Amino acid sequence: MNNFKILMNGIIKENPTFVLLLGMCPTLGTTSSAINGMGMGLATMAVLVCSNIVISCIKNIVPDMVRIPSFIVVIASLVTILQMVMQAFVPGLYATLGLFIPLIVVNCLILGRAEAFAAKNGPVASMFDGIGMGLGFTIALTVLGGVREFLGTGKLFDIAILPEEYGMLLFVLAPGAFIALGYLIAIVNKLRKA
Amino acid sequence: MEYILIFITAIFVNNVVLSQFLGICPFLGVSKKVETATGMGAAVAFVLVIATIVTYLIQHYVLNPFGLQYLQTIAFILVIAALVQMVEIVLKKVSPALYQALGVFLPLITTNCCILGVAILVIQNDYDLLTGVIYAFATAIGFALAMVLFAGIREQLSLVNIPKGMDGMAIALVTAGLLAMAFMGFSGVDKGLATLFGV
Repeated sequence: MNNFKILMNGIIKENPTFVLLLGMCPTLGTTSSAINGMGMGLATMAVLVCSNIVISCIKNIVPDMVRIPSFIVVIASLVTILQMVMQAFVPGLYATLGLFIPLIVVNCLILGRAEAFAAKNGPVASMFDGIGMGLGFTIALTVLGGVREFLGTGKLFDIAILPEEYGMLLFVLAPGAFIALGYLIAIVNKLRKA
Repeated sequence: MEYILIFITAIFVNNVVLSQFLGICPFLGVSKKVETATGMGAAVAFVLVIATIVTYLIQHYVLNPFGLQYLQTIAFILVIAALVQMVEIVLKKVSPALYQALGVFLPLITTNCCILGVAILVIQNDYDLLTGVIYAFATAIGFALAMVLFAGIREQLSLVNIPKGMDGMAIALVTAGLLAMAFMGFSGVDKGLATLFGV
């Protein structure tokens, strides 16, 4: 039951994108469509779950002084593995996400959870925290990607819903990312208070 | 001429924050006052140029000769983290005044994705060292420009009444969106300049 609570905490109460506002660069940079957003979310989640497990296992061996550098090395190694796996199995997605895959290393969400959760809790709880936070991040990115794709091109998950000429191209471009996320956060704020 | 083109493109057309989405965290986080925004911009410019030189040398004299390209991400992030620490120590000794001004921002820079991002982009685009340094410097100026403009707007924004739900980050993001829209006006300038210079 406790693990379930940790899981839901990441998805709803402390949603990394809408509430904690962590990891903004990939959130804005890769959500030109729902599929891209989901792909980025899942990639980040894979690294987050693994890094949380590894870090909570080694937390007692690593001296406090070199804690952050060792965490960064762990995360960077996992990202390198992910990079190779994605290059081999989903080259299309790898090409679209491009620079943002190696930049998962400096996603503040991952180091933030390592510091705030994995360094204080056991491997199982840390894994659930990673899954919860990862899912929360994935859902947020998919929603943002879906909103931008729908408003920008009239499609959702590449399925045409409105005729293409109804789309406002602005939402696929850079300013649309900021504006759409701004309004989504405002909606979430409103819902949380209600 | 080619260098001027790279310079202008990196500052205005492909602004690092507003069109490439790198370094959003400090852009949103430390932009409540123009003063802090200027400090952060200067600190990023300083570290970005040094980091680009060092990562370039590492890529071409260590990783490439030994066929270790797959270690790029790990090597670069470690070098950047160490570099930031070193810059901090050296600055403290050599120029206490500058350290006072930039000090608080330096530790934050390690996880600023525009440093790692630019270091990787320079390698991906196959720039030579001089072009890479110019590109890095121009990117840093673009970052500082966006930061200072945004901080100026946010200072004004703190004086007005904002609908409750939009308060805080939501209105900041919408403002950033409008700023990005303004920068979209520069798109195409790079192609015009390229024709003008005959590059």
